[in-house]
Amino acid sequence: MALGDILIEVSNVAKHFGEGETRVDALRAVDLTVRAGEVIALLGPSGSGKTTLLNIIGCILAPSAGRVALDGELVFDGKWLRRDLRRLRLDKIGFIFQAHNLLPFLTAQENVALVPDLAGWPTEAGRARARELLDYLEVGHRRAVKPALLSGGEAQRVAIARALANRPRIILADEPTAALDGARAGLVMDLLRRLAVEQEACIVTVTHDEKIFDRFDRLIHLRDGRLADA
Amino acid sequence: MNLALKDIRHGLFRFVLTCFGLGLLMTVVLAMIGIYNGLVSDALAVVKAPAADVWLVEAGTQGPFAEASSIPADTRDAVARMPGVAEAGAVNFQNVEAPHGGRTLRLYVIGYEPGRPGGPQAIAEGRGLGASHFELVADRKTGLVPGETIRLGRNRFAVVGLVEGAMNSGGDPAVYVTLADAMVLQTELDPAAQRVQAARGAVSVKSASVAAVIARMAPGADVELLTATVRQWKHLAAMTQGEQEDLLLASVVDKARRQIGLFLGILLSVSAVVIALIIYTMTMEKLKQIATLKLIGAPDRTIIALIVQQALILGASGWGIGLLLILTVKDYFPRRVVLEPFNTMVLAGIIAAVCLLSSALGVRAAMKVDPATALGS
Repeated sequence: MALGDILIEVSNVAKHFGEGETRVDALRAVDLTVRAGEVIALLGPSGSGKTTLLNIIGCILAPSAGRVALDGELVFDGKWLRRDLRRLRLDKIGFIFQAHNLLPFLTAQENVALVPDLAGWPTEAGRARARELLDYLEVGHRRAVKPALLSGGEAQRVAIARALANRPRIILADEPTAALDGARAGLVMDLLRRLAVEQEACIVTVTHDEKIFDRFDRLIHLRDGRLADA
Repeated sequence: MNLALKDIRHGLFRFVLTCFGLGLLMTVVLAMIGIYNGLVSDALAVVKAPAADVWLVEAGTQGPFAEASSIPADTRDAVARMPGVAEAGAVNFQNVEAPHGGRTLRLYVIGYEPGRPGGPQAIAEGRGLGASHFELVADRKTGLVPGETIRLGRNRFAVVGLVEGAMNSGGDPAVYVTLADAMVLQTELDPAAQRVQAARGAVSVKSASVAAVIARMAPGADVELLTATVRQWKHLAAMTQGEQEDLLLASVVDKARRQIGLFLGILLSVSAVVIALIIYTMTMEKLKQIATLKLIGAPDRTIIALIVQQALILGASGWGIGLLLILTVKDYFPRRVVLEPFNTMVLAGIIAAVCLLSSALGVRAAMKVDPATALGS
């Protein structure tokens, strides 16, 4: 598969919590590059630093040192270079959660259309995009249903649609298949791969789910805050 | 997309129930405001009714409402002749309990001279006093209707008209009778007692006296000059209408007014705490959703709007329900509940301020939420 532009560039990133005797080094000199069309997994035992790395790429957590560039834009170099990190996330990053985290008071379509709405799209354009994605993910017939009435698989597909609604080029997923059985987990990963290729996006997933390891282009192992191998 | 309305619609039953609870609390607050106003209004009703400029009472007393006052009935003639006085009238006040329709009515009997100051300003139904004796005009709250009769003392009176809003500071509805009838009612003895007095050679236990004389001044006349002149007479005291009203509020209803005022303050404080708790709890229950919103890129204004709009909708609904309920039930209160538009608007302002302050607590909690918390399970 031909790989595209570099979408994530993490250089020499370190993150520690606390100081002195209580200091914990969550990440140490991590380098990672992810290109458009790539689907990678961050693996490692609990406390290895994979969620910390995901949070840094998602601009939720500031590194202690290093540089981070997203979609060709340097966003961290000793400090955040953009004041409005939420706008950065809205424009460039889509999140898929372990628990789908759909807003319970919105229908499936409204959950998806919320992202374009926040980005300032015209209402009808946001709705059309939501319908298009839900149809594509084969949950269009459930668009008027609230999350409580969706099955686990349906809810996860709606969450994927929401993550893609604003056409982000970076999709970060935290245990996206944890709530799904093996067959459905495979389907979700195939779907994400297809979308990554079609939208020229990259997907970074934190997972422990061995059943889907063969669906990734790369498995990035983290141990004690360092990259073990790639 | 209005997230506040969508969230309310999602949990509509619970939200409506919360609003109703708050509405009941607001009903109590509005009722207390109304009772407070009613107390003041009732207390002043009897003073304001004669539309007098000056009250002349017994020297050394603060009558006729704060203290008992008794002055000779012919004082009216002397006052009426004074410079600047357009008209004067003698009045009497007393409480009586009268059996009627199987129950006992507590009435505030006002005796006045028809055609002179002291009578009701407006007749709501029927007519004013036409005969010299045994007719009365009653406040509608007495439950009496024109054409009925009622025994006061040893005589039976016919109800010829009704007035509204006439009562004393204790909330007892007033009835107007002629001064002559009122004086008889005040001095007339039970037959057995009368026989004892006659045997002792006493003509009457009380001379012909009235509680006060009220005067209306001619246009441009100096009220202060009249009161100063009357005070020189030594046996009379004079008060302007404003002084009489102040005296009544200060001495007769002040304690009750302060009591209700204090209770109202406590009630408003409790309401503020309840509103704050409701709004804070509503926000805390949504922290995970707020973290998700932050993570997907929602700006602060979207999150603040979600909390503040819900707080204001809650407050407005509670206020509206409270107002509706109190307007529905206020006439069933034994004492008058007087709600002025100004009072309700002030309460609306207080609730809006409390809601904004309370939502500030919620907003503060929401702003502290780490978007990363949405990533966990």
